[in-house]
Amino acid sequence: MSSQKTNSEPLVRIAKREGATFPQKVLVRAVAILLALVVDAIFIYFVTGLNPISVYGVMWNGTFMNTTRFSWAMRDLSSLLCIAIALAPAFKMRFWNIGAEGQVLIGGLVTALIMVYFGTSLPAPALFAAMVLGSMLAGGLWGLVPAWFKSRWNTNETLFTLMMNYVATSIVACMTNIMRGQASSLGTLNKGTKAGWMPVVAGQRYTINIIIVIVLTFAMYAYLRYSKQGYEISVVGESENTARYAGINVRRVTIRTMLISGALCGLCGFMIVSGRDQTISTTTAGGNGFTAIIVAWLAKFNTFYMALISFLLIFLQRGASEIASAYSLNEYAADIITGIILFFILGSEFFINYRLIWRHGKKEGK
Amino acid sequence: MPQTQNAVQLEHVTKTFGTVVANNDVSMEIRRGEILSLLGENGSGKTTLMNMIAGIYYPDSGVIRVNGEPAEIRSPRDALALGIGMIHQHFKLVDVFTAVENIALSMDKNEKFDLRAVRDKARAICEKYQFSLDLDQKVYEMSVSQKQTLEIVKVLYRGADILILDEPTAVLTPQETEKLFAVMRNMKADGKAVVIITHKLHEVLDISDRVAILRKGEYVGTVETAKATESSLTEMMVGQKVELNINRTEPKDPVRRLSVRHLTVRGAEGTNVLEDVSFDAYGGEILGIAGISGNGQKELLESIAGLQHTENGSDVRFYAPGSEDQPMELLGKSPKQIQDAGVHLSFVPEDRLGMGLVGSMGMTDNMMLKSYGEGHSPMLDHKAPRELAEKVRRELGVVTPGLNTPVSQLSGGNVQKVLVGRELAASPIVLMTAYAVRGLDINTSYTIYNLLNEQKENGVAVVYVGEDLDVLLELCDRILVLCGGRANGILDARTTTKEEVGLRMTNLVEGKESAQ
Amino acid sequence: MSSLIAWILRAIPFGTIIMYGALGEIVTEKSGNLNLGVPGIMYLGGFAGFASAYYYENLAQNPNSVVCVILALVCTLIASALGGLIYAFLTITLRANQNVTGLALTTFGMGVANFFGVFILDGASYTAAPLANKAFSAKIPVLSKMGVVGQVVFGYGFLVYAAVILAIVLHWFFTRTRTGLNLRAVGENPATADAAGISVTKYKYIATCAGAAICGVGGLYYVLDYNQGIWATTGQIEALGWLALALVIFTTWKPLNAIWGAYLFGILYWLYQFLPSLLGVSVPSYMTDLIQMLPYVVTIVVLVAVSLRKKKENQPPAHLGLAYFREER
Repeated sequence: MSSQKTNSEPLVRIAKREGATFPQKVLVRAVAILLALVVDAIFIYFVTGLNPISVYGVMWNGTFMNTTRFSWAMRDLSSLLCIAIALAPAFKMRFWNIGAEGQVLIGGLVTALIMVYFGTSLPAPALFAAMVLGSMLAGGLWGLVPAWFKSRWNTNETLFTLMMNYVATSIVACMTNIMRGQASSLGTLNKGTKAGWMPVVAGQRYTINIIIVIVLTFAMYAYLRYSKQGYEISVVGESENTARYAGINVRRVTIRTMLISGALCGLCGFMIVSGRDQTISTTTAGGNGFTAIIVAWLAKFNTFYMALISFLLIFLQRGASEIASAYSLNEYAADIITGIILFFILGSEFFINYRLIWRHGKKEGK
Repeated sequence: MPQTQNAVQLEHVTKTFGTVVANNDVSMEIRRGEILSLLGENGSGKTTLMNMIAGIYYPDSGVIRVNGEPAEIRSPRDALALGIGMIHQHFKLVDVFTAVENIALSMDKNEKFDLRAVRDKARAICEKYQFSLDLDQKVYEMSVSQKQTLEIVKVLYRGADILILDEPTAVLTPQETEKLFAVMRNMKADGKAVVIITHKLHEVLDISDRVAILRKGEYVGTVETAKATESSLTEMMVGQKVELNINRTEPKDPVRRLSVRHLTVRGAEGTNVLEDVSFDAYGGEILGIAGISGNGQKELLESIAGLQHTENGSDVRFYAPGSEDQPMELLGKSPKQIQDAGVHLSFVPEDRLGMGLVGSMGMTDNMMLKSYGEGHSPMLDHKAPRELAEKVRRELGVVTPGLNTPVSQLSGGNVQKVLVGRELAASPIVLMTAYAVRGLDINTSYTIYNLLNEQKENGVAVVYVGEDLDVLLELCDRILVLCGGRANGILDARTTTKEEVGLRMTNLVEGKESAQ
Repeated sequence: MSSLIAWILRAIPFGTIIMYGALGEIVTEKSGNLNLGVPGIMYLGGFAGFASAYYYENLAQNPNSVVCVILALVCTLIASALGGLIYAFLTITLRANQNVTGLALTTFGMGVANFFGVFILDGASYTAAPLANKAFSAKIPVLSKMGVVGQVVFGYGFLVYAAVILAIVLHWFFTRTRTGLNLRAVGENPATADAAGISVTKYKYIATCAGAAICGVGGLYYVLDYNQGIWATTGQIEALGWLALALVIFTTWKPLNAIWGAYLFGILYWLYQFLPSLLGVSVPSYMTDLIQMLPYVVTIVVLVAVSLRKKKENQPPAHLGLAYFREER
């Protein structure tokens, strides 16, 4: 009988924790990032034999060495953050939009097409209006299709949106192929006329991107927090039963929210093509669509946290490429370091949502 | 000593959950070769008691003897090893598996894995007790009754000789119930001990040899079925009438606010969970709805609130103050349409955090759940809800760290106060509440009663779905009794008795009259 | 005719890569874990296999092809199972979100493979492990020489046949063994499995790691056979990993369907190259890009059809993507 007793009371039990305080949450995450940096340092040391502290110093330079570096970091940050912001309403609704990559691509493609085929015939304001609208419509459509099936037949949206990415990739590959004609690669669009290129502000074309994303950060925060639609999204995400009780049309909210999510991803595609790359390829989104999912999830739908987490990731990426060039390593170190940090942050969530009860610790209250 | 005759013996068993005493010092026995009914109202602790025998819960104190030996039953596996099997209300079956696969899942690990052998052995069990079960059918293709049969076969397959069935007839048709009873008699004849948890008096009289009665967690006694009558059992089950001293005023010039006619709702299983229910609700009175839970109360309220699909012929009309001659049809309207039509209908649903409130939101945000859409601004108005939240907190004494603390972190009583506070603030004309005091302490319960009485005096038509008969008798003006989804009479709460309500809850009056 | 044969000879090896990925992911998903880290795991497996074979070939005195094959396989299995272990620990023990963890694993796996790959490449654009390639792509002797049929049926490396056998074994495992039945119960209804005394955590861990190991073999096959034993830094494995995930949906979580489904995907994937010449028409090159979306479109159609018909047998495991916490019941 005594062996049964120990069986029923394991060494450590797990219980749900309600309402960890803000300092607790910050502490847990800070410890997680710190631990991840230690693990990364060990990794760096064993692979390269370099002093991790000085390597981290070099990493710091990747973003903060000079204003150019910093502005590059901001440029990369704006793309990643924009997608994360776009995903926020969908995730808040508990709709797994894994299709950001495709939504960005298709938005970028439409931008590029309008740039190329209407670049000379439309005056600049009309051209920009067409690019913005076109990219948002295209991205919105890419979000709408899975949402419609989800609301209608409860089709699994995780898998559906994932597949839509590759449909978009193929279409982009096809269209760039047409656009480049006999040339080996598409190259910069409208090189001569610069039609459809974002105007240079403060020395960079992507300055406007950064401004737009800053505005979006505030706007999406306000939308989710202070608007009626944002309220509906929260209720639907929490419980469809409650939503129906409150008189909310769940189907309409699902579709509308995914339209918004997709449209913002499309807009991001526009910003990348018009403000950053001035070209389009299948790698235009560059995996940001997937990374942004992690960012949006970790930030728990708060756009300002998203900015913080995006900055952390961009800092790591730029830092890693800095190490790469300084120590003639390669840029894939960034993926490893990012991966490790993400694992730690993901794992740390556990200590926010649950607490451990040790067998010989304090007796439970219930 | 007839010790061997007792399959299970409970001695002074007590179980508490937090501050709630589910079972207090219960001593009783279960014998072989007989069918024992465990009778009691909702929340009387029947299921908890049996769950302790089946290894789901472990008693705080007391001893459970199996075959005379003190037993330590810590898991369903332990229980099965002792020959105890329980068939729960919620079946533990894998939908995409066949019957045989489900049986194999709970098979002993030492037994050789051979689905054909499993099928043969299961078939032998089916033949012995005359179950009709297609062993190669997938569970999702089965009817509720077949799933139940499968659960029984599963337990028998593991060699159980003490079987506990938790309200097995709740989901069955009369014909299926007859079949089940035949099987139970077969098992009894085979020398097994069978326990059936039920509310239905005629079933108790029909099937069992002895009846054990629980009331509010306490063991009341056991009687020989042969010596019991429906009224003697009801008396034991509901107990003496307890004076609650709830203040009840006479209804002041009642005006009809709601008329429900021929309301019929079909459930997921294809049977009618609500059938041809008709009644009126008047302003200035409290209409109680009594019934064993799961007899159509939920569907009744949700139909009126626009949340249920109703069958043709159903009709629910709302009589707005000032235009009583022009009633408005509510069926076919969504909750939003009902709200937009100016129908002040407040609804306190049974599932507070899963339907009435958003658990992750604070009081302020929950206050605007139904009213957030008002006005033309695309932005939310936080000011009015915050003031309302402050008011509800003050007036109802909600204990919360802050107005933005997620309500899921509040205690049950405070959650209910938030919900009721919001619904009352909407100045209802009709107010529906489902189990408004379930799980609440005495003080909070009285707060709720007083609030409902206030509404009544303000001329609101209050519909109160309850389970405590004492409360229903003292709080309400009239009581509609639901039984098996049918209206089983509307009683005057001032003159009727607890036994009368109790009888009508368990026995259809028409059915009884035609039978006699 | 000859181009049809060439088409099949291309489609079957291609299908084999994603068949491993899909079979592994089926094992994982049957336990209720949706692992979006398949591309990352295929990278890990492919790289570990290649690296071990490469170093063995270059460092051993008399490299033996059997040793080489065993070494590469073992390293692949270990590396990819470790990738699965990271995912399992985070999602099962720490209850992290499955989608997000899987995506992070994809980033991580790609990073690890390509980072260390660069060391082996040492400045070159690609490196090869010819001995391992020869061993892995060795056709079945005699039989493969027997005309067209021999060529089409027996003209592949042993991993092609192993994949088919694995699919059949998994089918048998899921339907005919106690462990398989228990595993499916865990993915369908963990509370029921738990009540029946099945250790949900143990099953999830083992299934996730074993599934990852199988996925990794897909990466190994890609590098050492399909890609002629050449390691280069490309994004090709990532695309294959996602295609494997698509194939899982296409098979409606049944291993036997993975056999023909994988070959069908291979046919569709290579359609752009062989169908035009088969029909004697010329298709502009941009169309080939468009045609490559076919496997994904087919998958979407299957996904929608499955949700439309609501046939229970074809649905994903009911508890897919959700963590199990006993006290929540």
